[in-house]
Amino acid sequence: MIDGVSFRLAAGQCLALLGPNGAGKTTLLRILATLLRPSAGALQVGGLDALREPDRVRPLLGVVAHGSLVYEDLTARENLRFWEIMRGGDASAARLADALAQVELDAVADERVRTFSAGMKRRLGLARVLLSQARILLLDEPFTGLDRRGRKWVSEFLLAFKAAGGAAVMATHSFGGGLGLADRIGILASGRLLLDRPTADLSTEELHRVYESLTDSVEAAP
Amino acid sequence: MSYARRAWIILWKDLLVERRAKEQTNALLFFCLVLLFLFQFALGPDRDRLAAALPGLLWLGFILAGLLGLGRSFLTERENDCWEGLRLTPGDKSAIYLGKLAGNCVLMTAVEIVLVVLFGVFYNVDLWTPAAPLALVLALGTVGLAAVGTLFAAMTTQVRARELLFPVLLLPVQVPVLLATVSATQALLLGQPLADVAHWLKLLAGADLVYLTIGLLTFEFVLEG
Repeated sequence: MIDGVSFRLAAGQCLALLGPNGAGKTTLLRILATLLRPSAGALQVGGLDALREPDRVRPLLGVVAHGSLVYEDLTARENLRFWEIMRGGDASAARLADALAQVELDAVADERVRTFSAGMKRRLGLARVLLSQARILLLDEPFTGLDRRGRKWVSEFLLAFKAAGGAAVMATHSFGGGLGLADRIGILASGRLLLDRPTADLSTEELHRVYESLTDSVEAAP
Repeated sequence: MSYARRAWIILWKDLLVERRAKEQTNALLFFCLVLLFLFQFALGPDRDRLAAALPGLLWLGFILAGLLGLGRSFLTERENDCWEGLRLTPGDKSAIYLGKLAGNCVLMTAVEIVLVVLFGVFYNVDLWTPAAPLALVLALGTVGLAAVGTLFAAMTTQVRARELLFPVLLLPVQVPVLLATVSATQALLLGQPLADVAHWLKLLAGADLVYLTIGLLTFEFVLEG
């Protein structure tokens, strides 16, 4: 359950959501993605009421969840073509090839996704975001299952996305990733946002300390 | 244009995935063969019994194969959150339904052609003479079965007991389609002209229209949960 969560995110900013398992990070991301409808509250995205007009908000969103939204028996190129046509966008061969080159999957563009590693699937998901020209990126555990190179790649993608004026919300267990990439850190526990602070004000040690104290106090509460 | 393009890409994706994975095709073809052998043993060589039972057996085969195929038609969407990806795509969601329905019709038609040919060969029945009117009955019946089946498959795909729930929901709704298709098939196999089964064809066409309209209008709510 999410209760009393309120925040505002400007263009070019990234909010990293930290919290223990079951804290509500994925639920909050699903609400932001208009996939779950809250029983109360308001959600505005780009000046639009996302609860009333989800169809107008959805083109602004790029979602990279655990599953990466890929069909295993299609090739990387076919997956991009499928989602781009479903979005009503330009699925020309040149655009798809360009997106695949940007995520360094051009060499395996015609191989079935079933043969891809988790990192390659994540990159294919990000290629879909590149094509969609989304302004808001929602990432659920973007570093899970990735090796060091994969983590570096996703980090660079996120920084470039922010630099281009995009906003991002990232649910993660990675304190280093959160501090290194985000402009703000949010700590979520038992569905409540217990902290929302600029990363510039937090060192890694302090973040660990604040995190432990806040989550412990919530878990200890009756 | 965008609507038709989105429906087409769903159909293209489903057929391509099926061609590569062959999950449904292999299962359905094997199922058809088993069914034919079982019917052959159950009925024996008695031609009169066979002629009386054939329309029912034919449609029993189609229905069972349809239940098997239709029930699995949204399983690829469950992998890797693709269901949610479809929800996030803009525009009229009924295009997704239409594409899925077309894919299911293509698959069911392929299975029906195989079954009809095998029935003709196994039971030595002349299915060639009434082929054209029979094809019309099969087409109308297939659309009726697939229209509801696609909608109910989407409804039950996120449910744990979907294998149980899907036929329980589908079969009662299919009664008008089954009644009309079996009766029309029987009359055509007995050599009656198409005009004699016009009332059944009207019932089938009406049921198809109602099922299609309901599917197109309600699919968005099913997808959004």
